[in-house]
Amino acid sequence: MYVSVKGGERAIDNAHRWLAEARRGDPAVAELSLEQIAGQLAGSVDRVMAEGSLYDPELAALAIKQARGDLIEAVFLLRAYRSTLPRFGAAEPLDTAQMAIRRRVSATFKDLPGGQILGPTFDYTHRLLDFQLAAGGAVPPPAERAAEPVAPAMPRVADLLGADGLIEPEAADDGRPVGDLTREPFRFPVDRDVRLQALARGDEGFLLALGYSSQRGYGRNHPFVGELRIGEVAVEFVPEELGFAVEIGTLTVTECQMVNQFKGSAERPAQFTRGYGLVFGHGERKAMSMALVDRALRAGELDEAVQAPAQDEEFVLYHCDNVQATGFVEHLKLPHYVDFQSELEMVRALRAAAGRPAEEPEDA
Amino acid sequence: MHEAGYNFAYLDEQTKRAIRRGLLKAVAIPGHQVPFASREMPLPYGWGTGGIQLTAALLGREDVLKVIDQGADDTTNAVSIRRFFARTAGVATTTRVVEATLIQTRHRIPEAPLAEGQIVVFQVPIPEPLRWMEASERETRRMHALKEYGLMHVSLYEDVARHGRIAKTYDYPVMVAGRYLMSPSPIPKFDNPKLDRSPALQLFGAGRERRLYAVPPYTEVNSLDFDDHPFTVERWSQPCALCGATDSYLDEIITDDAGTRMLVCSDTDHCGARRAERPAEECTP
Amino acid sequence: MNDTATLPGFADPVHDAQRAFRALLDALARPGRIHRLPPPLRAVPGLGPAAAALALTLVDFETPVWLAPSCAPAAGFLRFHCGCPIVTEPEQAAFAFACGFAELPVLERFALGTEEEPERAATLVVEAAALGEGRALRLRGPGIAGECRTHIGGLDDEWLAARAMLHALYPCGLDLFVTCAERVCGLPRTTRIEPPCAPAEA
Repeated sequence: MYVSVKGGERAIDNAHRWLAEARRGDPAVAELSLEQIAGQLAGSVDRVMAEGSLYDPELAALAIKQARGDLIEAVFLLRAYRSTLPRFGAAEPLDTAQMAIRRRVSATFKDLPGGQILGPTFDYTHRLLDFQLAAGGAVPPPAERAAEPVAPAMPRVADLLGADGLIEPEAADDGRPVGDLTREPFRFPVDRDVRLQALARGDEGFLLALGYSSQRGYGRNHPFVGELRIGEVAVEFVPEELGFAVEIGTLTVTECQMVNQFKGSAERPAQFTRGYGLVFGHGERKAMSMALVDRALRAGELDEAVQAPAQDEEFVLYHCDNVQATGFVEHLKLPHYVDFQSELEMVRALRAAAGRPAEEPEDA
Repeated sequence: MHEAGYNFAYLDEQTKRAIRRGLLKAVAIPGHQVPFASREMPLPYGWGTGGIQLTAALLGREDVLKVIDQGADDTTNAVSIRRFFARTAGVATTTRVVEATLIQTRHRIPEAPLAEGQIVVFQVPIPEPLRWMEASERETRRMHALKEYGLMHVSLYEDVARHGRIAKTYDYPVMVAGRYLMSPSPIPKFDNPKLDRSPALQLFGAGRERRLYAVPPYTEVNSLDFDDHPFTVERWSQPCALCGATDSYLDEIITDDAGTRMLVCSDTDHCGARRAERPAEECTP
Repeated sequence: MNDTATLPGFADPVHDAQRAFRALLDALARPGRIHRLPPPLRAVPGLGPAAAALALTLVDFETPVWLAPSCAPAAGFLRFHCGCPIVTEPEQAAFAFACGFAELPVLERFALGTEEEPERAATLVVEAAALGEGRALRLRGPGIAGECRTHIGGLDDEWLAARAMLHALYPCGLDLFVTCAERVCGLPRTTRIEPPCAPAEA
């Protein structure tokens, strides 16, 4: 006699135990510490903080460890934790002109006030597998570093262009409270603050592909890297009871200002326009992709034709979140017996109506 | 007792308040999709987070919760969600429809009739019934505002022209209280008649898409059709092989590698209760 | 006015709010039925116990509140417990509290929502002279099997006619909770109210 499947609870418990065992790997090999992950896999930690929308290297390292290095799973862990945190309010805008610079490059000017600072970058490394690293043990000699920060403040390239009116002015702060997509769902058309928030949390791979598509002609907007800078900035917050700003910590961020050609429209003279990217940690690829997509999404505002995926606000914002995307793609693993049964009956009925009973094998 | 370190039913009180306000507006505008600030839950989007957030906002210590997926209480996702609430809210759970005050469901409405005082929470993947015909949210919102549903009728009529019948089998669109076109979630159309004038309150949550909506009790819910192609539901030529039911939704099960099939109730509670009422020899096929 | 700020809210904020919400949800889902809400620990000047419980359950910093003159003493209580802005213009309010229907301004002054976002309509909370007795009303609409009757004190024909005018604007409209001491009854915008003796609406 047929007995229906039971024992979901036991199956789940066993699956969880097996997963824990697989996560730990060979117990004869030393376990990873959070310090090791945060210190030596900083690229992963930064990405998880950026897309997890929570700046906490230790928790991000824990999430990576718990997720067995699956970064989207780690982002999900961090986001679910973020949902339980109370909100105190919004910080003051970061002043990236006051950044303690680690790296700063511009592709638009050979030299500029403050200079080009190469910093720690893969850019000019030769991608040869380093078998000495496999052996381990060696501590690299420290790089030479300036005794003091290169400059206490470094003007942003876009601001230098702005002085001549060659680039659109940065929109002045209208004093309205900044939007927050975790408190209110998108209402299209979405304001740029919420759009930038969505992109900053968005999946690096998705934004990279969209940014790339805009370079290949799907919504071309002639970008130049006005500036890419990485370093530490102070976070300030105004508590209601004090009424003035206090510094509550520092963040490492990557900021990218794209400078884009714009031929002008009926309302606006020819001038350069901006695309903006800002992400937690050291994330050049993500910040640049974000800036490309931000500029592409401004097409409507600048009277350009909206034709390419990167320019379609609903398309980009509804699909850039990898926690949402992975959930819905992976939910196809859940049982769909009931829906499938409905479809099965319908396909049989349609075939019968067409004079082809389902039992008979179809001729090739 | 519920898990220490988290609020009762996981969500913080402010998030619950926002969902509760949304639910009241949803009840006041039957079938209209109300946006809400859906949060990341510890379960993935697409696995019932909309239903879970609604349940979390509704649940109290006196509730008795039933969770089903595909009609069954013992499928892994149903087990997982039931456990989540047993853990975070410490509420009593049941598999019996009659004992439940709150039923969270994915893809089915129980066979046993629902009663006043019961709330059904549906998990919804894509709340917008017009989405397959119009991808843009701005456009579909406008269509609902103008009650402009021609697109849906055209789509159903294309089926009739091509196949001689409406080929939609689940997530079959309905009109609620004569005003809003609504997705009933991917329940089989077999369950659509149960939505109509139900004594229970029916709530729908789409977490990833950040929408919730409602059908109050005793509200008219009509499945779309045409005069010459009236709405019909699935029928099976055989009864359930386990309980003999002839009026329930049946799942097809492949029992050997020769492709032998049997049909059994998708609603495990219904099937089990019927078998318990009957002598064993009558049940075995 | 600020002294109401020191009054306590619910005895059990999490579970009293949950019980109150379920009662309010059922009240709105089954118009005309009378529910009892868990009251706050002490009486709040300006608000009946059910109206105060509703505020503690649903109001916060995201929902501006308009108060009719006789509810004004509750402003301190609402600011402290709910953190809500108190607004002077009805159009800005998500929730409006009044004592008696005569205290309400012209209904069109409240936010009625828009065709695309009808959920952005205000919720009115009116303390009635009586609930379960007083004027007999016949109700129809979603949530009601056929029709049902309820009794609300202090309603006049003029106000009922003004409310009925809003039906033409559906899905825009106003949702109403009528309170009386610890009791509440819901009348969503979809409910048609007819005095039983009056001829049925066209």
